[in-house]
Amino acid sequence: MVSMSKIATGNGHGENSPYFEGWKAYETNPFHPIDRPDGVIQMGLAENQLCFEFIKKWLMEHPEASVCTSEGVGRFKETALFQDYHGMPEFRQAVAKFMGKVRGDRVKFDPERIVMSGGATGAHETVAFCLADPGEALLLPTPYYPGFDRDLRWRTGVELVPVICESCNNFQITRNALEAAYEKAGEDGLRVKGLLITNPSNPLGTIMDRDTLKSIVRFVNEKNIHLIGDEIYAATVFKSPEFVSISEVIEEVECDRDLIHIVYSLSKDMGFPGFRVGIIYSYNDAVMNCARKMSSYGLVSSQTQHLIATMLNDHDFVDDFIVESREQLFKRHEYFTWSLSQVGIGSLKGNGGLFIWMDLRKLLKDNTFEGEMDLWRVIINEVKLNVSPGSSFHCHEPGWFRVCFANMDDNTMEVALSRIRAFILKNNESIVPRKLCRRSSLKLSLSRSLSRRIDDFMSPTGIMSPHSPLPQSPLVRART
Amino acid sequence: MEFTRNSRQLLSKIATNDRHGENSPYFDGWKAYDSNPFHPTHNPHGVIQMGLAENQLCFDLIEKWILENPDASICTAEGIDKFKDIAIFQDYHGLKEFREGVAKFMRRVGGNRVKFDLNRIVMSGGATGANETVMFCLADPGDAFLVPSPYYAGFARDLRWRTRLDIVPVDCRSSNNFRITRAALEEAYEKARRSNINVKGVIIANPSNPLGTVLDKETMRSLVSFINDKNIHLVCDEIYAATVFSSPRFISIAEIIQDMDCNRDLIHIVYSLSKDMGFPGLRVGIVYSFNDDVMNCARKMSSFGLVSSQTQFFLASMLNDEEFVGNFLRESSKRLAKRHHVFTKGLERVGISSLKSNAGLFFWMDMRPLLKEQTVEAEIELWRVIINKVKLNVSPGSSFQCSEPGWFRVCFANMDDETVRVALERIRQFVLQGKEKDDVSDKSKHWKKQNLRLSFSSVRLYDESLMTPRMISPHSPIPHSPLVRART
Repeated sequence: MVSMSKIATGNGHGENSPYFEGWKAYETNPFHPIDRPDGVIQMGLAENQLCFEFIKKWLMEHPEASVCTSEGVGRFKETALFQDYHGMPEFRQAVAKFMGKVRGDRVKFDPERIVMSGGATGAHETVAFCLADPGEALLLPTPYYPGFDRDLRWRTGVELVPVICESCNNFQITRNALEAAYEKAGEDGLRVKGLLITNPSNPLGTIMDRDTLKSIVRFVNEKNIHLIGDEIYAATVFKSPEFVSISEVIEEVECDRDLIHIVYSLSKDMGFPGFRVGIIYSYNDAVMNCARKMSSYGLVSSQTQHLIATMLNDHDFVDDFIVESREQLFKRHEYFTWSLSQVGIGSLKGNGGLFIWMDLRKLLKDNTFEGEMDLWRVIINEVKLNVSPGSSFHCHEPGWFRVCFANMDDNTMEVALSRIRAFILKNNESIVPRKLCRRSSLKLSLSRSLSRRIDDFMSPTGIMSPHSPLPQSPLVRART
Repeated sequence: MEFTRNSRQLLSKIATNDRHGENSPYFDGWKAYDSNPFHPTHNPHGVIQMGLAENQLCFDLIEKWILENPDASICTAEGIDKFKDIAIFQDYHGLKEFREGVAKFMRRVGGNRVKFDLNRIVMSGGATGANETVMFCLADPGDAFLVPSPYYAGFARDLRWRTRLDIVPVDCRSSNNFRITRAALEEAYEKARRSNINVKGVIIANPSNPLGTVLDKETMRSLVSFINDKNIHLVCDEIYAATVFSSPRFISIAEIIQDMDCNRDLIHIVYSLSKDMGFPGLRVGIVYSFNDDVMNCARKMSSFGLVSSQTQFFLASMLNDEEFVGNFLRESSKRLAKRHHVFTKGLERVGISSLKSNAGLFFWMDMRPLLKEQTVEAEIELWRVIINKVKLNVSPGSSFQCSEPGWFRVCFANMDDETVRVALERIRQFVLQGKEKDDVSDKSKHWKKQNLRLSFSSVRLYDESLMTPRMISPHSPIPHSPLVRART
């Protein structure tokens, strides 16, 4: 019998969560339009695949961005040798500038504070290592990204205490919920060291308004605990209201900046998860210095630093990219949510992220998590879509599912939608009857290219809420 | 609102302790260099960096290959169609072709005596990340690993800092060329046990950093037998494997266990391309465990430090080019051998000896005769002189936890030939001046000067006739050294 560590023999890696089961179902039978048209469509992967043509065009015009082209090879040696954990100055400058632009240049980031990590995964773990001892705790509003269970807890020994958020107020974080969680932690003998918020939210696809953020900052100040703002979806906000960053709020609310830390990455905003570009931006010098020393465990490849530095230091490209990305995400999101609404499926009103938070509560046989799992297995096995059940995000209420929409082409999206339509129509009797508007005068172009922006025919604020499907859908049974 | 709290109290113990190891003198020298770096034209009196174990000798070969293989990049016209797939590839199993290339490379470097299974290749954030990950898999906070000294200064951080483990050094001495003996292992193990320290394994570096030597078969078999008897793990850091430039050849632990009865679940290899290929910036760390549970666990942990997919793709292409790899390894060995020879011979001529070595990007220099006393303080004092007066950043043995003062690690593969000449010249000057000072009251000083005819022209620093690598051993300084007191 060979002994290993407790970390190695425990379940802290979190891979037994249903979040990963769906991935496995997909992997054994992945959809392909020609080779495997009945395979599982991956809608559980929050990837941003909508702007690659744009990026490729830039790459072809900028061979110097690579150290492997004839234009760039003169820098190969110094790049391959560069392992300074401060990171390349051009890389830090480029990332700092990008972070500023993504926030509408309302706030500036200091390149000297940019610290690298092994993706956002590594960033979260590193921050936890810096802020908390084993057995201490972080507050985490639910629902939250399942990877946090591993990233924040596994090797660090830190505990997570959920802050319950509910659908009745659109899952917003309330002061009461924060206080309740803090109290409960105290009762359980846990010392709370910080609060981690994800804004824009995964899985909700929503952003926090300024007042909520200010309230959060006041809360952490009063309790003298840290605030970690995971802003990795910042550039995926595709329509108003505008994204507000923690970095802006601390300019407006008096607070101890030593408590404030931001986690960032290029995995979502740029669609580069493979490049492992994680960033820690702390306003606390001791944390910044400690995290920088720890970055040795997960530095960004210098080859990649050079590529990113060149790309993001092209400010015209960055400006255009941000606009293009938002446009593509907007189109995709609007079309997807509207199509779902046509069959009576609503989702939480959102304006960011690469997914929607779909409301399938009325499809549950039982309003329990078992009921949710049953429905989820049906979705995977019969509808052949990998979506992620709310329980895997520690959602307090059953019936919600995260559905990713930016990781596929238009054709695959249509196939997914048609499968959903078919499933819903087949199961119509089991759906709680809904009030359907009967206006028939509206003609709607359903062309996939959506040559007109959807807001031409939707009112600017009339975005889908779970209870008002668009009246002009051809899928609505005609009554005239 | 007033903010009077001490922010340090808000941080973790890990963040506020010293276990990151950066207060070690190993890093002091780096800082001295950083503030005054040598440059042949811009700063000819700056500090020459000889504390950085980098392999800079073969970039011409690599650059040539790159230009001939534009499809190795996802940013060229030839490779751009792969850009999207690669940019979104974050599977912690890693690209298959990358694992294939690494497995082939490791096999080549092991002298083609053992095959590495590409499905056992697990990525990590450099060897730094690999060592930490292996520790996280094998040991709990408070547990310990035995580490033969002298050892790489970074181990203090990589093995201990966030893992909360302890290091128990295994004493190795110059009297037997720092070999790892069974007796020393047993002694360290027992000592730990008596202090109620739970030893979970042994970690060795082979080839050794800082010694530059390889382990012989007998020592390796003895190590395997030791850990097997105690049922503890053996982690072999083989990151200098391809820097072996003369005999005896490198023997991987993978080869040893092929012929031995041992529990393979105890055997783990750490590898990297930072030294063998000279790519520290690319952060290619590899964990290769013969234990399935450790392999699976390390693979899950690799999410904290995956190799950039852009880099995986590039290396997959390069390392699967077997002709290039063969040529590279041969040429790299040759150039390392030559550089090592230039340095050690050059030092010999001024009476400075070093441990006989045949690998690594450095040699282990014996400065014991120059110490005022055989103490660590005297070593540090000498080191400060070397940094501040001779303007060379070398690494003092104490930063490697060497139990005998007076040894220094000197890196030689991270500079061009001109810088080598300057460095040797500075050492020569220093030694000569030192000799003069020592003998101020010595009547035989004049005699010595007349009898010692050493040619100091740089042309003779590299003597073709001395091509056979018959290196200096610690106990026979060349008789004409000015440091040896004349007896006639």
